[in-house]
Amino acid sequence: MTLILYSVLVLVSLGLLSAVVLYWVSRKFYVFEDPRIDQVAGLLPGANCGGCGYAGCRAFAETLVKREDMGTLFCPVGGNAVMLTVAQALGREQAPQEPKVAVVRCSGSFEHRPRTSVYDGTRSCAVLHLLYVGETDCPYGCLGCGDCVTACAFGALRMDPQTGLPVVDEDRCTACGACVKACPREIIELRRRGPKNRRVFVSCVNKDKGGIARKYCSVACTGCSQCVRVCAFDAITVSRHLAYIDPDKCRLCRKCAPVCPTNAILETNFPPRAVTQ
Amino acid sequence: MIKTFPKGGIHPQDHKLSATSEVVPLALPEVVTLPVSQHIGVPATVIVKPGDVVRTGQVIAESAEFISASIHSPVSGVVVRTDDFVEPSGLRRTAVLIRREGDDWVEEVDRSPELVESFSMSPMEIRSRIARSGIVGLGGATFPAQVKLAFDPRKKVEVLIINAVECEPFLTCDHRLMLEKGPEILTGIRILMHALQVERAVVGIEENKPDAIAHLRALAAPGPGIQIQPLHMKYPQGSEKQLIKAITGREVPSMKLPIEVGAVVFNVATVFAVYEAVQKNKPLVDRVITVTGPEVARPGNFLVRIGTPISALIEAVGGMPRDTAKVIAGGPMMGKAVKRLDAPVTKGTSGLLLLPERLSYREEASPCVRCGRCVSVCVMGLEPYLLAALTNKQMFERAEGEGIVDCVECGSCQWTCPSHRPLLDFIRLGKVTVNKRIRARAAKI
Repeated sequence: MTLILYSVLVLVSLGLLSAVVLYWVSRKFYVFEDPRIDQVAGLLPGANCGGCGYAGCRAFAETLVKREDMGTLFCPVGGNAVMLTVAQALGREQAPQEPKVAVVRCSGSFEHRPRTSVYDGTRSCAVLHLLYVGETDCPYGCLGCGDCVTACAFGALRMDPQTGLPVVDEDRCTACGACVKACPREIIELRRRGPKNRRVFVSCVNKDKGGIARKYCSVACTGCSQCVRVCAFDAITVSRHLAYIDPDKCRLCRKCAPVCPTNAILETNFPPRAVTQ
Repeated sequence: MIKTFPKGGIHPQDHKLSATSEVVPLALPEVVTLPVSQHIGVPATVIVKPGDVVRTGQVIAESAEFISASIHSPVSGVVVRTDDFVEPSGLRRTAVLIRREGDDWVEEVDRSPELVESFSMSPMEIRSRIARSGIVGLGGATFPAQVKLAFDPRKKVEVLIINAVECEPFLTCDHRLMLEKGPEILTGIRILMHALQVERAVVGIEENKPDAIAHLRALAAPGPGIQIQPLHMKYPQGSEKQLIKAITGREVPSMKLPIEVGAVVFNVATVFAVYEAVQKNKPLVDRVITVTGPEVARPGNFLVRIGTPISALIEAVGGMPRDTAKVIAGGPMMGKAVKRLDAPVTKGTSGLLLLPERLSYREEASPCVRCGRCVSVCVMGLEPYLLAALTNKQMFERAEGEGIVDCVECGSCQWTCPSHRPLLDFIRLGKVTVNKRIRARAAKI
């Protein structure tokens, strides 16, 4: 009987002692955390993709709360809707940003850019890029191993077996930029979605001279500058034998695409052109 | 006593098909393409213009940088242009194209075949002559030779090691050179010993070349200082750190040069180039290249002018065998597959290996079975399976801690893996990334 009594007493006193110690420690080492951080983190999508430039959604929430204004902070996954609710929760102003989308700037499909060697190493663009020029002769174009597809956390990219090039699913793409970082050849660019998802861009990053580029790819930009001449808004610049259309200046007039001798300029989501007789 | 390095290593079949073929000078090419970067370090700057008439041995590109090497015209003729030309990897890099017209050498070069043994140059003069002659490490690493002679004077060189291991299967260029140019090589060793002010030189040769060991032993016997050291056959014995360990028993610390343990290592072909530069005033315009392969009609060793197209060498061995699927520049272990046969051979090309279809492709990789063979063969004591996995998962900080930068890229792990896992592919990528991070950190401080 006494044995049970002793045990109960010892355990109860141990419990009480621990409670006191724990209470004291929790008061002594209390760290104040802004409750808004949890609130903002709850509003963010929780994808932890790093598209905002921070380590994850919580790190982004901490930064948002700490900063006085919204600045250029933006969650590409949640987009304007999420940023607006975050701004409201923090009692700040948020100017809507134009949504972006990833575009693949290479059109060198099997048909346009013949394969001249076989690569049977690891299916990784980063590894292949270290080794040699790739299966085609183009030192700038898509390597086709799909590092971007692996990097995409939203399932917005897939490799097209017909062309050997990645295809972006515009509905799923959040413009987090993971694919941009994963591509060793810097082919993928984040461009503004544009009105009705309409965009005009040069689908090539080849900086070789025109004659050389044309030898291994029939849809390479040769830097011929014909597009520059027809552009009424000075949106197109050519440097190192490569044209670039500035999305801020481009007015989507569609004059450049038809004059491109190699069809390197792509137009997306436009209605088909009227056939002129 | 026959020595070797203690840790790891593999034993591939040596396939020295061309070991008995004498070195034959290859017919001079009609055009040569000379990349300005044939060495580790800063690319040389072109100093000729299109239309210039150059003579064999004339400097066409040079650099004032410390780690760099001049490039000399390997033929006489007319400079066509400087442009981006395709390299064996398929990438385009700056190179000079020269159309050959005869073979008219610059006067300073002594072209007589006589052996000149005595030399009177000071160590400084030897070093500047080597620098002017554009000599780089001909074993494949292409490190400018004069840089190895210009070390911190507080450090002491105790031994000069000559790398005549040739542990890569198939390659025989160094073997043939030792048999045919023995006295020249020994003179070259004495020149380097004088330049380094060192009393002892050791030539490391694997025991599959008994004739070369006996030949050099007989030649070296009369004089003191030069020792011929037979080594057990084991790959990668020709790796600098492993060779030093095998011969001196000393270990080069991580991220440090051999000079830390009192050793300087030169490849035997580099030694011959040094002999020619110092005694004959001949710059590095040609080298011996092995052209071989299991199906090749007449595998051989050729004295080739730098800049000769790869295709010309393949012609010389009786053309490409019908089912050739892969051409490798270098040996089968560390060489790189050639993308374009019109690309030129460079100072670092030690061999061309023509592989038939059946040997050209990798086996399909299957999951790791945790057998630990890669760990037991790694000569640097690393854990290849782990380094590959860390790179794949982009955990570079941990990969750095696991010593990824110490990898010598010998490929033993991948060779031995029963699951055919592409270990080296990932380790190489991880090594490049970690090195970039280290450099970025150093730049920040």
